[in-house]
Amino acid sequence: MGRRGIVSHGVHLPYRRLDRSEIRPVAGTGGGTGTRTVASYDEDTTTMGVEAGRQALRDAPAGMVPAALWFATTTPAYADKTNATAIHAALRLDGSVPAFDANGSVRSALGALRAALDGTAPALVVAADVRTGLPGGADEATGGDGAAALVAGPVGDDAGDLLAEVVGWGSATEEFLDRWRAPGDAHARRWEGRFGEGRYLALGQRAWDDALKDAGLVADQVDRVLVVGAHGRAVAGVAKALGVAAKVPEAVAGLDGAVGFTGAAHPALALAAALDTAAPGEVLALVVLADGADVVVWRTTDAVADRARRSTRPVAAQLAAGGPVPYGKALAWRGFLPVAPPNRPEPARPSAPAAARSSDWKFGFVGSQGADGTVHLPPVPTDDHARPMADATGTIVTFTVDRLAYSPSPPVVFAVVDFDGGGRLPVELTDVDAADVAIGGRVEMTFRRLFTADGIHNYFWKARPLRPAGEG
Amino acid sequence: MGSHGIRDRVAIVAMGCTRFAEHWDKGVEDLLLDATGEAFASAGATKDEVDAYWLGTAQSGMSGMVLAKPLQLEGKPVTRVENLCATGSEALRQAAYAVASGAYDVAMAVGVEKVKDGGHQGLNAFPIPTDGTNRTLTAAAMFSMAAPAYARRYGVDSDELRTVLARIASKNHFNGARNPRAQFRREMSVERLCAMPAVAGGLSVFDCAGVADGAAAAIVVRAEDAHRYTDHPLYIKALSFVAGNGSGLTDPGYDYTTFPEVVRTAADAYAQAGVTDPRAELAMAEVHDCFTPTELVLMEDLGFAARGTAWKEVLAGTYDLGGDLPVNPDGGLKSFGHPVGASGLRMTFEAWLQLRGEAPPERRIATVGDRTLALTHNLGGYPGEMVSFVSIVGTEPSA
Repeated sequence: MGRRGIVSHGVHLPYRRLDRSEIRPVAGTGGGTGTRTVASYDEDTTTMGVEAGRQALRDAPAGMVPAALWFATTTPAYADKTNATAIHAALRLDGSVPAFDANGSVRSALGALRAALDGTAPALVVAADVRTGLPGGADEATGGDGAAALVAGPVGDDAGDLLAEVVGWGSATEEFLDRWRAPGDAHARRWEGRFGEGRYLALGQRAWDDALKDAGLVADQVDRVLVVGAHGRAVAGVAKALGVAAKVPEAVAGLDGAVGFTGAAHPALALAAALDTAAPGEVLALVVLADGADVVVWRTTDAVADRARRSTRPVAAQLAAGGPVPYGKALAWRGFLPVAPPNRPEPARPSAPAAARSSDWKFGFVGSQGADGTVHLPPVPTDDHARPMADATGTIVTFTVDRLAYSPSPPVVFAVVDFDGGGRLPVELTDVDAADVAIGGRVEMTFRRLFTADGIHNYFWKARPLRPAGEG
Repeated sequence: MGSHGIRDRVAIVAMGCTRFAEHWDKGVEDLLLDATGEAFASAGATKDEVDAYWLGTAQSGMSGMVLAKPLQLEGKPVTRVENLCATGSEALRQAAYAVASGAYDVAMAVGVEKVKDGGHQGLNAFPIPTDGTNRTLTAAAMFSMAAPAYARRYGVDSDELRTVLARIASKNHFNGARNPRAQFRREMSVERLCAMPAVAGGLSVFDCAGVADGAAAAIVVRAEDAHRYTDHPLYIKALSFVAGNGSGLTDPGYDYTTFPEVVRTAADAYAQAGVTDPRAELAMAEVHDCFTPTELVLMEDLGFAARGTAWKEVLAGTYDLGGDLPVNPDGGLKSFGHPVGASGLRMTFEAWLQLRGEAPPERRIATVGDRTLALTHNLGGYPGEMVSFVSIVGTEPSA
């Protein structure tokens, strides 16, 4: 069935970063050093997955259409309803491309990746997580929010399309209780850490041995090892037991201090960070400790050194582009600190049929273009041509700050944006501090959740400042 | 094809208007009975002598029965109309056209809004199911964008413009303080207004219209019948209306310093009324000062000031009670309050009082006498997508 591996990758790190030292003065305990990423109030796993998926498709070879979409998360926006379909719509994938959720646990991300690699053509594997924990607890401080996506699968006999080829996989599965969360709970619970640590040490070793055997390699031939898992002591312990602690790339080790553990997104995030800095011909081993162990062995191709194939929004650039969020706001965004809203009616839930009719606009941000070239946002029925605008950048013509309007996180910052190449839209801004907005500021579009009403998430696009990471 | 108007074919012969206030003790029915009762008494007519009714309410009720029930009308046609904040003006417009057409001899236009039963601050439109991509910004924030746009285009310092906007609010508070029917009856100094914290763009709560309950009513008849009801009718000189197509929101050429729908209705109304120099010919104007920057822009859109000069006119007092062209002598939306469906007719009510010399002495304008015309301007919506209405009424039928 030919060569299989990673064709491209995309990462979305939320703009907001919580300084862990802010936690202890408020919660009385916990916290630490460094920062963690915090999904904005208008982000969830679906919206972050869209951003990561857009990036992975943007960086894939031109014309590559994924054969399927897989979405993995431990914190899905919906149960019962597929979340991958909203990502599918935002990415404007053809209706014939199936979209599946693989949700509930960190390990589901590995299942989605496995499904893609076992498929008949490259698929898009998106993973995202919002990692919560009670204030002052370890999960709060060591967790991080984010999304990562891989275009992965078989590419035939020519490995030229691959950044990294999969050369071995070992799995060890076992039922035991280390951490758990009832559906709907805002935080997980954990058994005494020593128990899980012991299980993971054994499972990691078994999967490691099987993966090397599958790859026909010995341990010394592995250049870099990425150990990933929610159990911090087990992650460090397995690296030490396997004798690979020195082989963890700085770009991956550094994620703990700046981002935190991003749950289901972390395996692909670590791979992306490693591939951003990898040289051709390196052997990478991804070790994931999650209700068992999976070890996936990869060999990078010449393509990782090809400038044209490098990520246009690498992890390091996204790390550098963050802005702070006060601890109180981070708590409010996750619902741990309910803040009084403006005394305005909450918005009504969006209409399902109306949303379905305007799916290209609402999810895909597709406007229309008239015969005279005028771009209409939203599209007008009398125009003949669709005009995709999600990747358009624009300039702030004028703006206002609305402290009266309903918002999940007031105030609303709102701007009139003129897009390069035509089209104007009055649109909400996000990932921005009101005091920093200026006429003439440059913006890009980002997929967000405007609000939730009756349990219905209202997804649409907002503009956000174009930052260096976005300029590639 | 053409917009010809009905100049001098229809006259207003009676009006009524409640106080605009937080009427916790009055419902829609009470407000309707109060306003229509005053109009019936003024005309010396009964509800049965009115042949047809137009009821304007944005969201205080559905259908003509909202009026037919409290008035206990017997077999009368009542049409409920809605056109955002210009709803009251729309009721007058339809009633006047019905009389002009000859379909009815006597018609009544009524506007009412009961906004203070909602439990939330500000005005809130009732939700219509949508795809969820529509803006949820407040009107205050939308109109706030006109202020920096104006300052930038005409090179006005932002602090100076802040003073100009406060001057507009201060004027309207001054006028409202002299109006027993107004919601807010307290003068406010420019200094105090400038010190208020911003809530939407650069606007404070005191840059916004008052939110009030209220109702107003007018009885219209054919001009030749007017003197059966009053010695001093107001003749309708012009009624103009435009519903914008929203292009301002998406047109990169639109710069938020003008409201094109208003410019069009003003031009149409002046043509209907034969007005060529509104600044000199009008005795007064009631304009839709939903927010202070709106009134500033309207002064230019309505032709009361040359482009880029209204801010100087405001500072010079041109639109004050004793100015060259008094604007909002009743306090405007700012002080009189803004019960959506009633506001258009409330504007006409002030023209009714002032042109006929019935305004209280403390706010009577000096321009009446030489000049016999008044303009009302009523809009609904936002910069870039609005409905606009302009009427001109006068005490003298044209020769």
